[in-house]
Amino acid sequence: MQLKTFAVTALSAAIMVGCATTQQPAEPTATKVVAKKAAPKAKPKVISGASGAMLASTCEGCHGTDGISQGPATPSIAGMSEDYLIEAMEEFSDGDTKSTVMGRVAKGYTDEEIVAMSKYYAGIEYGSAEQSADAATLAKGESLHNKYCEKCHHDGGADATDDSGILAGQWNPYLHYTLQDFINGDRAVGRKMKKKLDQLLANEGHAGLDAVVSYYGSQK
Amino acid sequence: MSTKHFNRRNFLKVSGGTLGAAAAGFSLYTPSASAAKARVVVVGGGMGGATAARYLKKADPSIDVTLVEANATYMTCFMSNFVVVGERELDYLAHGYDGLKAEGINVVIDRVVGIDDNAVKTAGGKTLAFDRCIVSPGVGFKFVEGHNEEVANTSVTHAWKAGKQTQLFHDQLTSMKDGGTVIIGAPRNPFRCPPGPYERTSLVAGYLKKNKPKSKVIVLDPKDKFSKFGLFTEGWRIHYGYGTEDSLITWVKGAEGGAIEAVDPDSNTVSAEIEEFSADVINIIPDQKAGEIAFTAGLVDDSGWCPVDLLTFESTMRKNIHILGDASKAKGMPKSGYAASSQAKVCAAGIVAQLNGHAPGSPAYVNTCYSVISFEPKDGISVAAIYKLREDGSKIQKMSGGLTPSGDKRNAAHRAREVDYALSWYENITSNTFAD
Repeated sequence: MQLKTFAVTALSAAIMVGCATTQQPAEPTATKVVAKKAAPKAKPKVISGASGAMLASTCEGCHGTDGISQGPATPSIAGMSEDYLIEAMEEFSDGDTKSTVMGRVAKGYTDEEIVAMSKYYAGIEYGSAEQSADAATLAKGESLHNKYCEKCHHDGGADATDDSGILAGQWNPYLHYTLQDFINGDRAVGRKMKKKLDQLLANEGHAGLDAVVSYYGSQK
Repeated sequence: MSTKHFNRRNFLKVSGGTLGAAAAGFSLYTPSASAAKARVVVVGGGMGGATAARYLKKADPSIDVTLVEANATYMTCFMSNFVVVGERELDYLAHGYDGLKAEGINVVIDRVVGIDDNAVKTAGGKTLAFDRCIVSPGVGFKFVEGHNEEVANTSVTHAWKAGKQTQLFHDQLTSMKDGGTVIIGAPRNPFRCPPGPYERTSLVAGYLKKNKPKSKVIVLDPKDKFSKFGLFTEGWRIHYGYGTEDSLITWVKGAEGGAIEAVDPDSNTVSAEIEEFSADVINIIPDQKAGEIAFTAGLVDDSGWCPVDLLTFESTMRKNIHILGDASKAKGMPKSGYAASSQAKVCAAGIVAQLNGHAPGSPAYVNTCYSVISFEPKDGISVAAIYKLREDGSKIQKMSGGLTPSGDKRNAAHRAREVDYALSWYENITSNTFAD
């Protein structure tokens, strides 16, 4: 948590000085390239410093207008906390979270740009997907949420300020994929969460995961 | 026509100064309520035009935005291969304009016949005055001998604009005998949706494998390489026996005489550079150029496409007219619907800034493009990239991105997910464009 705050502060400071300047393209593998080649080709200079709104518009084709997804495998990103969004992008970029396209995409933005687009999405309203489940599944999901998840995912997974992402009203297929990634070690997961998730899986099996997903997916 | 040149360097200089304020408030524009309503007419309601209309209105509701489109319903070209092989119905591709109307955009269903310096003329006799015009005309076709739109509507389809031909191609496939031959003709670069002909080949092979396993598909291609080449050919080997004697797919490349010279719809024969080919179903995707209205309006150079300023997509041939979508020469980016949508957002932001007396801000561009190689098992691939504009304005520079991993790094679970992501992508990109 402390580290995260530090990173955000440092990046916020960076954006103030850096946003209007022209920068070299972000090239995360630049050090490797330099090591291999004696005289790397000079990269063409590009125009940086796009606004949060402009940067955010590059997310909308896949994550939905105003960050509210209409597609069941893609998360809504509006209304998340800035810290959560920054961390998610960093983990995609670093490869700590394994992904299909997000890793390729996240590397294309500078730290300042990630802060700017995260601020933008943190500042707009979240919207829930329309999903429902039968009463028994929901009751089961709620009790499992209370037992295993509630300490970090406050308010039925609807609270953005806990910096754990909004789970309430996300699409079920997305939630399933993400849980699977946590379980498989394909997504960065805190020790506490890993322990809780292992317990939930050991005690309740995949039916338990399904119930928790249905519960979150049907919350507003 | 104006001969006055748009001066990008000055715009950029000014733009740097406005960025600090933009970053602080995260809203670029403060439209002045007292100003007379600016009028923007958008010609063409596809991915580029519809997105531009929507983002203009979103950024500055005081702008009077009119979208002129010939058809009341738009059919996306992307995902139309799913319809060809019966994975989706034709309706899946259809999008109307009610969502845009509800957001305050005037939608005129009419065909544009001319673009003056300050007004658009329609076949229905309307004159639509503008301060700025956006033209998103799509593509036109350069047919080989024996092929034309009428033939395409009745026998040898191109189905490169989704609609009746997509359905006809599907019906031809389903009524073909087992043991039949399908020919797909691929176009020369550049063309709309570079991986599209090869996704089409893959899915047709998938359809044949499941339903008519004694049949085969022959791709006649004037090129020796194509988009996502390694991924497609690997997928063809894995799913369709490519490279073996029993391969469902034969790809005849340019060096082997793959270029089509003529087609005879009556005898179902295709004359390629070296050989003649007979088939039961023939689909030829012609070489392409900018859509017709771009020629009529004098927006096309010798290449057959429209040169533009890459910051605002304003034509370098006519002032106050911007060109979007596959017709424009967006150097550095592929001709995809998703790229058109991204460029439309950059264009809209630039126009809103200019109409409000500001310089355009810094642009940001993206492309994400999925292809499905197989539905059973699910095997999806993608290319994604983030771009910025070169400081000298010469090219849209790729900053990051790349392809789905292949070979040793091929991940079957991720491949299955990419099919789901493709379907999810479709819902978001279309609702982002048409507000439906």
